[in-house]
Amino acid sequence: MSDTGKAWVFGDDIDTDVLAPGLYMKGPLSTLAEHCLESVDPNFAPNVQKGDVIVAGSNFGIGSSREQAVEALKLLGVRTLVAKSFAGIFFRNTLNFGVVALACEDAGKIRPGDQISTNPAKGKITNHSTGETYNCDPLPAQLLEMVIDGGLVEHLEKKLAKKDADQ
Amino acid sequence: MGSTLAEKIIAKAAGRESVKPGDFVTCDVDLAMMHDSGGPRRVNPILTRLGTKVWDPDKVVVITDHFVPPVDAMSAAILDMTRKWVVENGIDNFYDMQGICHVVLPERGHLSPGMFVVGGDSHSPTGGAFGCFMFGVGATDMAGVLVTGHTWVKTPGTMRVDINGDLGVGVSAKDIILHLCARIGMGGAEYQVVEYTGDTVANLPMTERMTLSNMAAELGAQAGLIAADETTSAYIRAAGGDAGDPAQWQSDADATYLATHAVDAAALTPYVAAPHSPANSAPVDEHKGVVVHQAYIGACTGAKLEDLHMAASVLKGHKVSNQTRLLLAPASTRITAAAAADGTLAALTEAGAILMPSGCGACAGYGAGILAEDEVCISSTARNFQGRMGAVSSKVYLGSPYTVAASAIAGHITDPREFLNGGMA
Ligand code: SF4
Repeated sequence: MSDTGKAWVFGDDIDTDVLAPGLYMKGPLSTLAEHCLESVDPNFAPNVQKGDVIVAGSNFGIGSSREQAVEALKLLGVRTLVAKSFAGIFFRNTLNFGVVALACEDAGKIRPGDQISTNPAKGKITNHSTGETYNCDPLPAQLLEMVIDGGLVEHLEKKLAKKDADQ
Repeated sequence: MGSTLAEKIIAKAAGRESVKPGDFVTCDVDLAMMHDSGGPRRVNPILTRLGTKVWDPDKVVVITDHFVPPVDAMSAAILDMTRKWVVENGIDNFYDMQGICHVVLPERGHLSPGMFVVGGDSHSPTGGAFGCFMFGVGATDMAGVLVTGHTWVKTPGTMRVDINGDLGVGVSAKDIILHLCARIGMGGAEYQVVEYTGDTVANLPMTERMTLSNMAAELGAQAGLIAADETTSAYIRAAGGDAGDPAQWQSDADATYLATHAVDAAALTPYVAAPHSPANSAPVDEHKGVVVHQAYIGACTGAKLEDLHMAASVLKGHKVSNQTRLLLAPASTRITAAAAADGTLAALTEAGAILMPSGCGACAGYGAGILAEDEVCISSTARNFQGRMGAVSSKVYLGSPYTVAASAIAGHITDPREFLNGGMA
């Protein structure tokens, strides 16, 4: 079970240009992160706290394959995303960069500011503000291990180092 | 309960009896395809960081197409780096400047029904026309595949698109998929598999099936599958590949689909997508008369041999308007050779088409043929996002090769049936 984090709620079809605006793509990641989600909620980037949870509607992360869309959220301290559904490439990028993405039919029941914790292995989301629990698609153990390691590259690095040590 | 074709391929790759939508599995990758833009230059830093090499060089195909031929020192350096990387990594399946990856891959016999394939490009669903589960991945995912030979997948559900009836004169697979883009919407099949079925599909040649699978990407689909049949086997055998066992790779009659969309092919007219989205598609009549400064026949979507035949059938005996220009970039060098041998190239160039190298060219704005501010182009490519083909204020309309050719003759968007025998007058 994750620590409890505050929900930031967004609508459907939040695209990669909203998450990582093209205008700032050439600059450093820190600048890009300052403008993350700015066009739909200018209060988000300046106020989001480490451990806060993003909650959204359908097709979250639709658009380009830019991995910076996940990296910006990660830099801001977001480690968990809950959405009705995720765009395909974004979903892969999210887990590959060590961020938990949970597809949840009931995402729409979560209100801004609700205190949320998740259990990705069991596929459970708890809303401590309302006392509700929601089901989500669970993440299998080996993917969770990758996420906990920090992402795909870090996970492979660890596995390869272990193999070397075993030899 | 039966399985869809996609579920069967994923289950096999995962070493399971069966999988269902939502299941996370780890799959063995049968083939990994990369191009010069998203390939070695992006994955090599990760492989270097991990201090490791490619898991199985025989299962990797590298194709240069985005920066060919190089137009500046930067693109030349990218190609140079790519060539050195394939040598260092022992990759024999390397096609340098031979054409666009999604067309070259099956043309050289690399695809067989039932394969689980990853491609470092968003139009990787094209491979689904051969009954493969092929999907696009980013650089991090690709590096993971190159190191381990496998990748994780969340099994997608399948949407069926059942297409029946005879296509009319001057109407093609491109018109079917543009119609679907308007109907289902960009992202309407997000993270789903689109499986095309029906007698129209069964009667289409492989190149036309590839157009349907290719633009499944525009629907947001992970893959765009068409079950293999005799047409598939014949194509693969001619390409020197392994036709495998098509009977094994079919959806079960009682498979579960997320949705089924029926398309009446006989009722379709030529379609055109207005800027800046393929979903802005409508029958050509709605855009008739829009002046075009450039007509472009190119890309993995719209410059295969049959695409060139379509364009030639319209252009034969006509001239490109002196108000516009027609650029022709056949999708591969083999297509150029075949079109030269069968007289298609002569028909096109005599009409005034300007022959360009085989590669992505103007499609994504990397190569030659890009647009100035406010210029308008009608194109046989897959995407018309703002600024993709050049200046930010340029505008791209998408149409079939027939429609692009007809518009080139008229200098404005035109219904190709006006130029085709048996069509409306
Ligand atoms: S031709 Fe266009 S759509 Fe096809 S791979 Fe190249 S850039 Fe992508």
